[in-house]
Amino acid sequence: MAAVNQSDVLILGGGMMGAATAFFLRQRGVSVTLLERGLCGQQASGVNFGNVRRQGRFLPQLPLANRSRLLWSRLPELLGEDVEFLPTGHLRVAYRPEHLAMMEEYRDGSRNYGLELEIIGGNAARDRYPWLSQEVLGGSFSVEDGHANPRLVAPAFARAAKRDGARIVENCDVVAIECEATGFRLESAGGEVWRAPVLQVSAGAWGGRIAASFGEAVPIIARGPQMGVTEPVPYALHPVLGVTTKTVGEVVYLRQVTRGNIVFGGTGHGPADLDTRRAKVMPEITLQQFSQLRRMVPAIGALRIIRTWSGVEGYLRDDRPVMGPSGKVSGLFYAFGFCGHGFQLGPGVGEVMAELIATGSTTTPLAPFHIGRFA
Amino acid sequence: MAAPRVIVVGAGPAGTRAAEVLVAAGLRPVVIDEAADNGGQIYRRQPAGFRRRAEELYGTEAGRARAVHGAFSALRGRIEHWPQSLAWQLRDGTLQVERGGRAHRLDFDRIILATGATDRLLPIPGWTVPGTFSLGAAQIALKAQACAIGRRVIFLGSGPLLYLVAAQYVKAGAQVAAVLDTAPAAARRAALPLMAVRPSLLIKGAALLWRLKRAGVPVHHGVAPLRIEGDSRVSGLVFRDAAGREQRLEGDAVGMGWHLRAESQLADLAGCTFAFDEVSRQWLPRIDADGRSSVDGVYLAGDGVRLAGADAAELGGKLAARAVLQDLGLPPPAGIDAEQLRRSLARMERFRQGLAVAFPWPGDIIAKLSDDTLVCRCEAITAGTLRRSATALEAPEMNRAKAFTRVGMGRCQGRFCGIAGAEILAAARGEPMQAAGRIRSAAPVKPLAVAIEVETP
Repeated sequence: MAAVNQSDVLILGGGMMGAATAFFLRQRGVSVTLLERGLCGQQASGVNFGNVRRQGRFLPQLPLANRSRLLWSRLPELLGEDVEFLPTGHLRVAYRPEHLAMMEEYRDGSRNYGLELEIIGGNAARDRYPWLSQEVLGGSFSVEDGHANPRLVAPAFARAAKRDGARIVENCDVVAIECEATGFRLESAGGEVWRAPVLQVSAGAWGGRIAASFGEAVPIIARGPQMGVTEPVPYALHPVLGVTTKTVGEVVYLRQVTRGNIVFGGTGHGPADLDTRRAKVMPEITLQQFSQLRRMVPAIGALRIIRTWSGVEGYLRDDRPVMGPSGKVSGLFYAFGFCGHGFQLGPGVGEVMAELIATGSTTTPLAPFHIGRFA
Repeated sequence: MAAPRVIVVGAGPAGTRAAEVLVAAGLRPVVIDEAADNGGQIYRRQPAGFRRRAEELYGTEAGRARAVHGAFSALRGRIEHWPQSLAWQLRDGTLQVERGGRAHRLDFDRIILATGATDRLLPIPGWTVPGTFSLGAAQIALKAQACAIGRRVIFLGSGPLLYLVAAQYVKAGAQVAAVLDTAPAAARRAALPLMAVRPSLLIKGAALLWRLKRAGVPVHHGVAPLRIEGDSRVSGLVFRDAAGREQRLEGDAVGMGWHLRAESQLADLAGCTFAFDEVSRQWLPRIDADGRSSVDGVYLAGDGVRLAGADAAELGGKLAARAVLQDLGLPPPAGIDAEQLRRSLARMERFRQGLAVAFPWPGDIIAKLSDDTLVCRCEAITAGTLRRSATALEAPEMNRAKAFTRVGMGRCQGRFCGIAGAEILAAARGEPMQAAGRIRSAAPVKPLAVAIEVETP
């Protein structure tokens, strides 16, 4: 006889979005059960670069990013543990005048959203950061951005949610999702059944399959970030670094953790497989990253890398996530497919989705992310 | 039709014999090895200009060393030998290699991984004090650098290598303070029936013990190591003897090791299936009797998969190469009796089981290590931190513990702390060691220079 488990909200997927939503729903006193196929935060949430970056985002996403940034500072207090968030600032460099012009244009636009950016010339940047290469023409600095440890955040949200009364069920492979008169019925491979009037799908790259099963197919593909890390060296690169360019092969991003290792990624993506749940690091991309790392910070040429990794991320055609209520099914909500830039948004997504689910509306504009844009 | 491209990784006993069989069949394999010259760890060649005789370097194994070196020399000109080359990634029929600061991409039809093993270590308080070496490193110091790791050396561990290295140090004129074996004396008697399949090795072992005794080296069985002492240099080692008494030995160096740990990263990157080996208490790639892995085109031989020693490695190398030829549809090599090789390997496998009984891996000692003992040297992670990841953070296995604590995330990528870490994690959860799994390998197999030159296609 299968057990029946009832709650106000069911969350499918224990990545950062699902775990944070569970946490903020408990803050509002809503009963919530989160079902995770593996362990919380194992996929895109755990393998990403760890960028807590607002600059460079799609401008209408900044209200959400700003709300999230406020939460990042409060995480130790909210979660009761340190997730290694460091507001070190974020510097994007440009190698060509037209890219510097793009930066200036972005700065003018972001100001309307309350994000103040500082454009600095190449020499001024090198005065401040002597390790930058001569090729850097200038940069855009976002003083309140930074980085954190992605391996810690989603599990910490899940633990905090659990402490506050959420039910977190890991190693739970949901094999059937049905709409009933009273809401949703989910069944696991082990035959256990869960019911709730509200369901949030935050299943990352796998979210597309579930949305399609509700008649809301979206153009999503799975790809893997190409990450690597150097051996530890004395802590010197304080801001998170990136590049503004229109050429994918020139994109590299890096951050140094206080422990000393430099984490990096960029210059392209690798294939990811939804069925095996694995993504590949392409050796040729790793080697290409080396030349872009040396191009920005020549001293990195003296180091060795000790590890590479990837993971399964979901990318929508328009490079924006699917977030908000379903366009077709009442009580159904989505927060998935964050296109490789969801880490910074995570806490904000949790708070906004909890607000939306609990009150029926949110003060943060979500229209650009509605699933109906693909209908 | 172009000749099939076959790569052999490793130029030790297994790789040498594999290449020999391939060459005899008319192939020209690429043989890749990290060392400057062939021989592997066990038959490591001395640097150019050193003139010691094989007997001085390899002792009772001089004859075998000469034979393996001779076989490799005879292959020169008929293989592509890539010394000082790091195979750092293997997947989908392509091997990535760093050689002389340049990146090379080698596509292959078949690959034989003869990647050998390193010392299996267990952490004890003070094991990072300078002057503490693995048994393998202590041996390399003798063979390749003609020096000892200290003036008065304490040897600690279990297994044949412990006695071999101690005897080699005595012979080289170093003072050996003591040999401390964590295995109880009774274990060896229990293992005799299994080990009797290779009487010549038993006799060699007895000879080693006799040599140590004649040199006046105290040998303690059934010890529990408590701590290595010293600040900038080892000053001594404290242990509890079999009778439960605490003893302190003076010494300026410690050589330690507990059998071997298979270097299986390339097999892991290739996607080979692994299974927990109860005998060696570690995860090993699964192979058939001849060395075929679960991945088509990937074969394994030697201590990187069987952990049965150098002469078993030679046989495994031959069998793997024979399997490659067979799978390529080439005629079987002359002079290789596969049935006989398999029978010999089976006998060596029984001996290996005997060794594991005689010199057991002291998992119980590791499980009881104090919380402040450093387990992961690269990232400075203690046993206490690891235990907390198992309990407070609910990490069920090593990869999760790694994500939370950085254990095994440093330069060595868990090669030296992974096994001990799994013991600690599993014990903290009240589960058997295999439940803690193994740290998944990630490229590069060893650190790779960011300055590596990439050939433009």
